[in-house]
Amino acid sequence: MLVNLGIGIPTLVANYVPADLHVFFQSENGLIGTGPIPEAGMAHPTLTDAGGRPVTALPGACTFDSAISFGLIRGGHVDMTVLGGLQVDQKGMLANWMIPGKMVPGMGGAMDLATGAKRVVVAMQHAAKGKSKIVKQCSLPLTSVRPVDLVVTELAVITFPGDRATLSERAPGVSIEEISKATEAELVIPQQVPEMTL
Amino acid sequence: MGATHMKTMPISEVVAMIPDGARLMVGGFMGVGTPERLMDEIVRQGKQDLTVIANDTAKPGTGIGKLISAKLVRTAIVSHIGLNPETQQQMHAGTLTVELVPQGTLIERIRAGGFGLGGVLTPTGVGTVVEEGKRKIDVDGQDFLLETPLRGDFALVHAFLADYLGNLSYALTARNFNPLVAMAAATVIAGAEHIVPVGLIAPDHVVTPAPLVDYLVANA
Repeated sequence: MLVNLGIGIPTLVANYVPADLHVFFQSENGLIGTGPIPEAGMAHPTLTDAGGRPVTALPGACTFDSAISFGLIRGGHVDMTVLGGLQVDQKGMLANWMIPGKMVPGMGGAMDLATGAKRVVVAMQHAAKGKSKIVKQCSLPLTSVRPVDLVVTELAVITFPGDRATLSERAPGVSIEEISKATEAELVIPQQVPEMTL
Repeated sequence: MGATHMKTMPISEVVAMIPDGARLMVGGFMGVGTPERLMDEIVRQGKQDLTVIANDTAKPGTGIGKLISAKLVRTAIVSHIGLNPETQQQMHAGTLTVELVPQGTLIERIRAGGFGLGGVLTPTGVGTVVEEGKRKIDVDGQDFLLETPLRGDFALVHAFLADYLGNLSYALTARNFNPLVAMAAATVIAGAEHIVPVGLIAPDHVVTPAPLVDYLVANA
């Protein structure tokens, strides 16, 4: 399985992969087989992740140029990407790269990832500064018009069957009502919404 | 065949060839794989009004960040500037024009420029602000943006090994944009960690063929 993790919260995913599941992690700057952060003094200046931070490479790793890297991404060879989000709307549209007039870091690889990966997962906080990040319609510039497949927040797991945001799981101890109150989007809420098994 | 032909040049002479206003394509990702000595020499010689085509502008004090700090860049065509506050400052002040291009699109535009293609069709950016001003083409029911080739006056490349003929190989994550910019510019200037005798880079390990490299910067 080939997985690409975005910077920020998504990088934490690597810490939770079960020991018996073999996953190749891709860094878009040209590495498959990204490993954990090196110990102090063991970093190499030419072995870095997409944020420019030192990483290790696991046995069986390989390196390649940026055209191949984005060929893997755009060509549908990445099984899953986990991205951060600014907003996801009730149709599954993702905005995660720019706040006009405030934050203009550039899109980097985000648009290619959101467009090309087989499965797009968004890992983000449910709200920022008291405002729901799961909105009726994205007001921020879109990353892609391809709908995401899954959103995971500290409160809920949201899927998009039929392109409609649906509450699939609740975080342990969190009620459906709490989630509804915290969410601007109109969520489809099934009869039973199980708790996440962690 | 003159298999021992050396193409190294002192760095000051190589950089002296770069005029103000030149269009530079620079390898590197957050500074990793950027030819630092070429950056330093460009700053030292005080080139002005440069256009830089690269993945990003690194950070102050690193890679292309050095050109930004010295205010030598007029236009940057990049995928990401979030980690260089000086780039953002100059952009907001209006002294630096930044054209943001999705990374996959940017590398394909450079590849198209180097590979003699008239453009590339990509789905990335369809339905976003990226599609503004571009032709959208339907192929078998799917929309693609027509993205045009990028070429440069100079490519500034950082390799791991260069042999005396100019064959280049790269290391780890320092490869990134280098092999592509090495094809897309009129003049290719390469620096390498190690300049080695011909034969040390096996044919199967050469990534950038020698005929593409115009100047090799001498180490020390």
